[in-house]
Amino acid sequence: MQSVETRRIRSLGRFGGLFWTGLTTALVLGIAGCANYMTDQRSADTQPAADLGPVDVGSVPRARFMTAQQYSNMIADVFGSDIQIGTPIPPLMRAPDGLLSTTAGSVGIPGGQLMQLQRAATSIATQVVDKGDIGKELPAHRSYLVPCKPKADNAPDDACAAKFIRSTGRLLFRRSLDDAQVADWVGKAHQGAEHLKDFYAGLAGVLEGMLIDPMVLMVVDTTEPDPARPGQRRLDAYSLASRLSFFLWNSVPNDAVLKAAESGEIQTPAGRARVVEMMLSSPRVEHGVRAFFDDMLAYDKFDSLAKDGMVYSRESGAVLKDAREQTLRTAYDHLIVRNRDYRDLFTTRDTFMSPALASVYNVPAVPGWAPYAFPEDSPRAGILNHVSFLALHSHPGRSSPTLRGKALRETLLCQVVPPPPPNVDFSAVEDPDANLHTARERLTAHRANPVCAGCHKITDPIGLAMENFDGAGQYRTSEGGVTIDASGSLDGKAFNNPQGLAQALHDHPGLPTCLVKRMYGYGVGGMTTAVDKPQLEYLNKRFEASGYRIPDLLRAIVLSPAFGNVAEPPAAPVPAIKTAAQ
Amino acid sequence: MKKITRRRVLRGMFNGTAVAVGLPLLNCFLNDNGTALASGAPIPQRFGTWSWGLGMSKSIFVPKKTGPGFDLPEEIAMFAPIRDKMNLYTNYNAFRDAAPNLCHTTGWVILRSGSAPLNQNSKPGETIDVTVAKKIGTTTRFPMLTVTATGDPRDTQSYESATSVNNAEGSPLALYSSLFGADYQDPNAKDFKPSPNILVRKSVLSSVSEDAKKLMTQVGAEDKARIEQYFTNLRELERQLDRQLEKPEPREACVKPKLPPELATGVDFQLVAQRHRLFTDLLVMAVACDQTRVFNATYSKSFSSTTKAGYEKPHHTASHEEPLDPKLGYQPMVSWFLRRGFEEWVYFVEAFAKVKEGDGTLLDNMLIYASTDQSFAKIHSIDGLPMFSAGSAGGRIKTGLHIDGGGTPGTRLGYTMMKTLGVDIPSWGTQSNNTSKEISEILV
Repeated sequence: MQSVETRRIRSLGRFGGLFWTGLTTALVLGIAGCANYMTDQRSADTQPAADLGPVDVGSVPRARFMTAQQYSNMIADVFGSDIQIGTPIPPLMRAPDGLLSTTAGSVGIPGGQLMQLQRAATSIATQVVDKGDIGKELPAHRSYLVPCKPKADNAPDDACAAKFIRSTGRLLFRRSLDDAQVADWVGKAHQGAEHLKDFYAGLAGVLEGMLIDPMVLMVVDTTEPDPARPGQRRLDAYSLASRLSFFLWNSVPNDAVLKAAESGEIQTPAGRARVVEMMLSSPRVEHGVRAFFDDMLAYDKFDSLAKDGMVYSRESGAVLKDAREQTLRTAYDHLIVRNRDYRDLFTTRDTFMSPALASVYNVPAVPGWAPYAFPEDSPRAGILNHVSFLALHSHPGRSSPTLRGKALRETLLCQVVPPPPPNVDFSAVEDPDANLHTARERLTAHRANPVCAGCHKITDPIGLAMENFDGAGQYRTSEGGVTIDASGSLDGKAFNNPQGLAQALHDHPGLPTCLVKRMYGYGVGGMTTAVDKPQLEYLNKRFEASGYRIPDLLRAIVLSPAFGNVAEPPAAPVPAIKTAAQ
Repeated sequence: MKKITRRRVLRGMFNGTAVAVGLPLLNCFLNDNGTALASGAPIPQRFGTWSWGLGMSKSIFVPKKTGPGFDLPEEIAMFAPIRDKMNLYTNYNAFRDAAPNLCHTTGWVILRSGSAPLNQNSKPGETIDVTVAKKIGTTTRFPMLTVTATGDPRDTQSYESATSVNNAEGSPLALYSSLFGADYQDPNAKDFKPSPNILVRKSVLSSVSEDAKKLMTQVGAEDKARIEQYFTNLRELERQLDRQLEKPEPREACVKPKLPPELATGVDFQLVAQRHRLFTDLLVMAVACDQTRVFNATYSKSFSSTTKAGYEKPHHTASHEEPLDPKLGYQPMVSWFLRRGFEEWVYFVEAFAKVKEGDGTLLDNMLIYASTDQSFAKIHSIDGLPMFSAGSAGGRIKTGLHIDGGGTPGTRLGYTMMKTLGVDIPSWGTQSNNTSKEISEILV
């Protein structure tokens, strides 16, 4: 049997160059009630100016604070995954564009956090140079993470220190350190070793410093004149390498990518393409793809999610952890390993199952994670019907058609559902009328209030189609003794069950364009605005032409001139792209 | 010739040498009157904040009587043991002026920063705890500590700047490690042995500072401000390292606490209470051991999501969906959730009041400020907000009072607290929230 990795690499190669023609998609979303608030993407009839995309667009240079996962991946990639890191970087707040990662370009590093980072740096540096303990089965990290042996363990050795500082510093700073920088750090290592009478302790002191250095913690876009566009600028080779790497790998560039930056190869179209293919064929791409979907699907909420054990006795921390993992595994397998149509992610019956989840899905359990396909007569189809989506967008003790409908529109269609008016009375939702048994009946009563009706009619017809799944994502056919009516509609398309909703979402023109918008913004580290419109139109066409294949979209994004071009920050705030009927 | 201070002596003796401190332990804490430390320095002032979500049930919360000896209606009946150690403030307003009413955000942001926020993602500026920490938190190991009983680090009401958030610690175990882990120096230890690594750390920080300076020349104006902030914090980190070279003052009430247990994720009210109490006990010792003088504690976030097993709605959802009981005149389950929070407030205040310090208690030398996001959460009202305070700030604040604010700005309490703690500002807040009027009723 082919390994997952082998299949993934083959699929990436097979579809590498199939997306060169573009079709135009015009998307019109007509939704009553809150239409004025909602956004969606619409592309116009424009032809791409070049095969790789518009040449006169670019992104604004930014200084992004490394995310917790990026920091963790960096340490694992540079020093190995057995180095304990802790949680020195807190989670970000979600940006208005729906992504956490774009907030990284605006957050600061408060004093308390710097102290936490310093403590983490101390711990990491100590582990990197530790001499191990055979009795405690602790490895001697210094024996393979420090590329030389000092002349004596209890005294400075500038040559050996320089070797470590050059090689490790290059990976952490994501560029070669110049001689003056190396000399400065070597000097500190010398002082430390002399003072502490320990070569490795001196080295650890330097590593501690590097790990809180703003040039390590912040991914800063540095620029240079663009020879192809006189008078304009582009990312320099190192910044381009970092941007590629944090996008595709969610981590720092490795030696090969840095070499392509050092030689300047990465700045040529052919060179960049070679580097991109190499990066896409690396196992690290799994980190990148999973990080993107974790962010887009708002899975950070799992970190504080819990269900009411009295209502859902099968739901536990292990189930919720596995629910998150199930969907990320499914997405990676479907989109990258099998290179399938992105839209089919919402209808596929193929997934993975763990023993903890098997009890919630009521299917036979096998040890560990195993591929699993829901049978054709199963109500489960696509990731909308996974426990992850259903449980995440519910209350602790009951389902919520409104939260589910809102989440679908906001996370998957890039629409904005306005918050309720501050003074609205929701009491009808808890109408004590004993005749109201189901969520549909309660919400119908709530919608009798015209103030509520406007927005609820854009969320509830979607969410009510998922009512066959309770707040923990378990299948049910009735609520309060009444058979559940799971009919609904999505922007004019009616259906009678969750599978129908999945198909309607699959066919929704906003589904792929939303992904393009999110993924491009994620890649360049900022919210898309009106100036990005030509680039998004180009990417939408390419995505459609490729049959909605994610590897092709990743290529189209990173090979496009806009990915490396620099645009001046707009003089005045540019409104976010309005993508609905305006 | 320069005076030889203890700091100079200790620095000279640095290099891992043990330094014996000659004072007998039990007599060395305070002066003979119990009003100052043995060194002659006054007992330090401390400032804490406490926050809860979703306001109150007005009809069973607001006492009829103002001033001392106020009555304790049903929802706050549990305040009886701490009534005379705290003040209750009702009928204070937050004014949004032309800004939108951002549900569950506008109210607390105004009370903590003095200004109405324009959107959910950006706060107007530094919050009151940060301002106070700059005044009284500069000499401790931690200028400020921030914790949340919800377990989610994002549940914080502390900002250094518009986008620089002081995330909260959500794990008592992690807080314990930060406070009482390897770098902890027991102020009452007989011998003092600073870590020899500290000087190496300090030396390396100079290279880091150079990189920060270099970076400032490479970025645009907005990013420059962020890196400047980093640079300032780096300076503070250096000062922290300096302080670790000094023998700390002995602290009478300081006892290293027990290792707290690892807790499950979740916001069930019992779990939140357990987390809250573990955090409270750690904060008490953080203050008693002078590891910090400023702290923030969140019981429930503004959109309080606390749950009760067997009840299908979290607190926030209940606040909107539960009808007012026509007989009771309030929302019974919403009040149930609020009461659980108020019980924790009692635990919080009593925990500081139980610790002896000098002639009084730790609480006597503290000021704790508690606020919420809404008055009547069902309709997101920010008029008639309730607030609490506890402690008398070394005798400068009267306690045991119920003050009716008469619709004046809620920022008056924050302003009064800052002035009491020595922050020298002529006024605080912007537009309608601007005030230069302290709440005189509570001033001694």
